[in-house]
Amino acid sequence: MTDVAIVGVGIYPFGRHKDVTALEMGAAAARAALADAGMRWPDISYAVGGSFEVDIPDAMVAYLGLTGIDFTNVYNGCATAGAALSLGVQAIRSGRHDRVLVVGLDKHPAGAFTADPAGYGCPAWYGEMGLFLTPKFFGMKINRYMHDHGIGSQTLGRVAAKNYANGSLNPNAFRRTPLTVEQIVGSRMVNYPLTQYMFCSPDEGAAAVVLCRGEDARNHSPRPVWIRSVEVRTRRYGAFEVHSPSVPADRVPAPTADAARAAFEAAGVAPGDVDIAQLQDTDAGAEIIHMAEVGLCADGDQERMLAGEETSIGGRLPINTDGGLIANGEPIGASGLRQIHELTLQLQGRAGGRQVPRRPRTGLAHLYGAPGISSVTIVST
Amino acid sequence: MPSRPISEGLFTWPVPAPPARPVLYGARCAPCGAVTFPPAPGCPRCGEDRMGPVELPARGTLYTWTTQEFLPKLPYLGPETPETFEPWAVGYVDLDGQLRVEGRLYDVDPEDLRFGMEFEVVVRPFRTTEDGIEVHTFGFAPSSPAGS
Repeated sequence: MTDVAIVGVGIYPFGRHKDVTALEMGAAAARAALADAGMRWPDISYAVGGSFEVDIPDAMVAYLGLTGIDFTNVYNGCATAGAALSLGVQAIRSGRHDRVLVVGLDKHPAGAFTADPAGYGCPAWYGEMGLFLTPKFFGMKINRYMHDHGIGSQTLGRVAAKNYANGSLNPNAFRRTPLTVEQIVGSRMVNYPLTQYMFCSPDEGAAAVVLCRGEDARNHSPRPVWIRSVEVRTRRYGAFEVHSPSVPADRVPAPTADAARAAFEAAGVAPGDVDIAQLQDTDAGAEIIHMAEVGLCADGDQERMLAGEETSIGGRLPINTDGGLIANGEPIGASGLRQIHELTLQLQGRAGGRQVPRRPRTGLAHLYGAPGISSVTIVST
Repeated sequence: MPSRPISEGLFTWPVPAPPARPVLYGARCAPCGAVTFPPAPGCPRCGEDRMGPVELPARGTLYTWTTQEFLPKLPYLGPETPETFEPWAVGYVDLDGQLRVEGRLYDVDPEDLRFGMEFEVVVRPFRTTEDGIEVHTFGFAPSSPAGS
């Protein structure tokens, strides 16, 4: 099978940018990734653009150049970037394209996401009753998980404190002020046991990667990073998922676990080989659950791992080294490519003040979102 | 006051007089037996489309819960304003080990919620429409002692 390399990454800072459109941010991230790869836009024969707020990311050709390029737009909820990356990788593996740009961009209004329940296969009464809310589901899932596996609220606070600390080292992060565990646990309760500072917030930003065929990689980058696998999965019957008026009592693993298992198998890599991970931390509880669902620890190990700072930048298994969603916010289409941007910098030793010591060789990126979709990507040097 | 259920075919309507209790209406897949709430046109387990009506158990145990501590935006149609909003509890109740159904938890202080607590289906007034119709919805309240 054709090897696929990441030879360029670019990002437009995540946060709030009053006078910049999402398309402009996307084009800027694309140009940064092209420059990183030493390429020009006409060198790219296929592009994939992911966004929630922008219907037609391909419109950014107005800013990049009207080359007539084949350009696919995708939206798969919070896993949009995983789906976009998967398409880009397939385009190269199939032999159809040699050089591909994958870009994600978004510009959300402030406040929790809202949508029409009907668009998620939910009845209207579910929204009318006040049940069509994602933060509430995350509160319920982590409440049960903490009960089942002996995890305390200090551990929730430690996850968020770690991510804010990492964000303070990232010039492209939205939230760059460190917060203490006490400030986080003591902030306003939103959905028990999750408090205000344990949640990420929607914001704005863009990220892009340039992919090429393995045999061309060293023409474009002295240190290419290899995409070993990208897998996307939706929920199975019995998974306990967001926006579910009911769920069967016989619970099956979440789509995250399915995507991770498939990604490890396709990559020929074991969870124990992972040196660094970027996990969907929509809230602090989500990072804790996802650590186990992707297979990086057993259920309940998180209490000890966070207390021992094992997932901090200097720890055994650094997680969300650029601050994750908690410090970067979530421009949906861009979020997963921010993770790939971070893994690439870390594997190349270019992460500056937040560089993980003993340079990591294998990295994992994970996305999860409504109504039960996940993607897992494994990269290596 | 005229009244109606939030949606037809979700729960017993009109609400039966005690000691009869309201129940939730689901659907059962004839080929594989999977049960859904609300009634689904097709089976989420086997994909067949031969679903028939079924009444769900009226009681169950609390699987998990959280509190809703901010006023939801639309499509929420509850009667509160930012000034009158009071946090509420919401959870999944495991109905006889069959199906876990989500709903508001009534008549209980969130501080007193415990995993495995016994709850039963209730039907309560939820809001009043502009033309004066009282809309009722389902939820769960701690079970009254057996036989009461």
